[in-house]
Amino acid sequence: MRLRVEAQGLVKRFGLRPALRGVSLAAQPGEVLAVLGPSGAGKTTLLRVLGLLLAPDMGHVTFQGAVAGPGEASVRGRIGLVGQKPLVFRTTAFENVVFGLRARGLAESEIHVRGETALARLGLVHLRDAPARRLSGGEQQRVAFARALVLEPELLLLDEFTANLDPANAARLESEVRAAARQGTCVVATTHDLHQARRIADRVAFLLEGRVLEAAPAKEFFEAPASPQAAAFLRGELMGHPGAGDETS
Amino acid sequence: MRGSLHIYPAWSPPAAVFPAVHLGEALGAELTRITFLTLAVSGTGTLLASLAGVPLGAWLALHPSRPARAMRLFARTLYGMPPVVVGLLVFLLLSRNGPFGAAGLLFTPESMVIAQALLVLPLVLGLTMSAVEAVDPRLRETAESLGARGWMLVRVFLREAREGVGSAVLVGFGRAVSEVGAVLIVGGNILFHTRVLTTAIVEETEAGQTSFALLLGAVLLLLALMTTALVGAMERRGRDATAG
Repeated sequence: MRLRVEAQGLVKRFGLRPALRGVSLAAQPGEVLAVLGPSGAGKTTLLRVLGLLLAPDMGHVTFQGAVAGPGEASVRGRIGLVGQKPLVFRTTAFENVVFGLRARGLAESEIHVRGETALARLGLVHLRDAPARRLSGGEQQRVAFARALVLEPELLLLDEFTANLDPANAARLESEVRAAARQGTCVVATTHDLHQARRIADRVAFLLEGRVLEAAPAKEFFEAPASPQAAAFLRGELMGHPGAGDETS
Repeated sequence: MRGSLHIYPAWSPPAAVFPAVHLGEALGAELTRITFLTLAVSGTGTLLASLAGVPLGAWLALHPSRPARAMRLFARTLYGMPPVVVGLLVFLLLSRNGPFGAAGLLFTPESMVIAQALLVLPLVLGLTMSAVEAVDPRLRETAESLGARGWMLVRVFLREAREGVGSAVLVGFGRAVSEVGAVLIVGGNILFHTRVLTTAIVEETEAGQTSFALLLGAVLLLLALMTTALVGAMERRGRDATAG
């Protein structure tokens, strides 16, 4: 479980609209990198490029120094991604959670044990056999999180991963994120929530209009942001432009 | 006198005493057998077409390419293919001098199944493609990011689109059960062997037995209505599932 990810000079446009304008950053195994920025900064696009779901127009993503692109199943199998609006399959919560384990062809006994463990960790045991589509947004979010976590990914990409959750369940997921990082997982998480970033992040990258304006250890960033835009963002004075930098929102 | 009235049950009251009873029983037996054969032939033909058309349609929808687009265009072109043309092609293939003449299938229910399967296949394939393409494309990204590939992806999407796929199969069955040209050519409309509802209606109308033809028509209409109702129910369920 040691995967180092690095983005170099990522540029991505949707039509004429630039979403990423030369983003470079790196995340180490065992650390949580929080990508902060207002709406439309390009956070979701960045995660999708890092997750090899979207090809950049320019620049590249490397894993352990090797360049990887969309369709590279060997690397993609080591990445877990939880989206802002989780999508669950039309089956039970349990079958959703073990989906990736089945795709990997694991033995039924191992699938059962790992699936049940993941459900228990996320407080979903009582919803085991419930149709996932009938669950609430927060429950679906936890199912999607468990589905990613059960694969023990080396790189965990989280896009506003507690957006639909109440504080108690948000805390549960944050605890799981920290636990995964302690076990060597490299975590990159986008969030609007400054308090959450303070709680979980080792380092922070501040993204604005498709550019990384600042990347620093979390304590340093929150105590003394280097850029005036980051300082304005921390004071709650920087307005985002929803839809300006993201593909979907 | 209608040929079908030669068939009687093992025991029956004397015809001279209760002619109406005999007539009713015979018609009932004929109607039952024709309806059963219709369901068997059209059901088997639709099943065979679905076994090929559903997975292939889903695969093509999930692997957009030039051949896939060509296949879709071809399938849609064949939606309206006249059944008699299909019947003629199957007839030529199965006739004594045809490439499959040795199998001796012409004028058997099997030949009718083959003709109906070929007739229904483009419809099931094309509608399955449309149903799978209507599924939220982000689900594919999610499934692939979790490692789903090939047929696992196909199974996932067929589950997502199951009402649409079910509708495709039922629409196919509806087309099969109501067509007359193909089964008439390859089946020969032989009583108690290859006569189905549609060909029986043709036969009875030509023979002047319009009452029986109307009865057959009512049964056919009932089957069509039941199929349509099922399609509607499937589509409603699909909309509910998408909303949920």
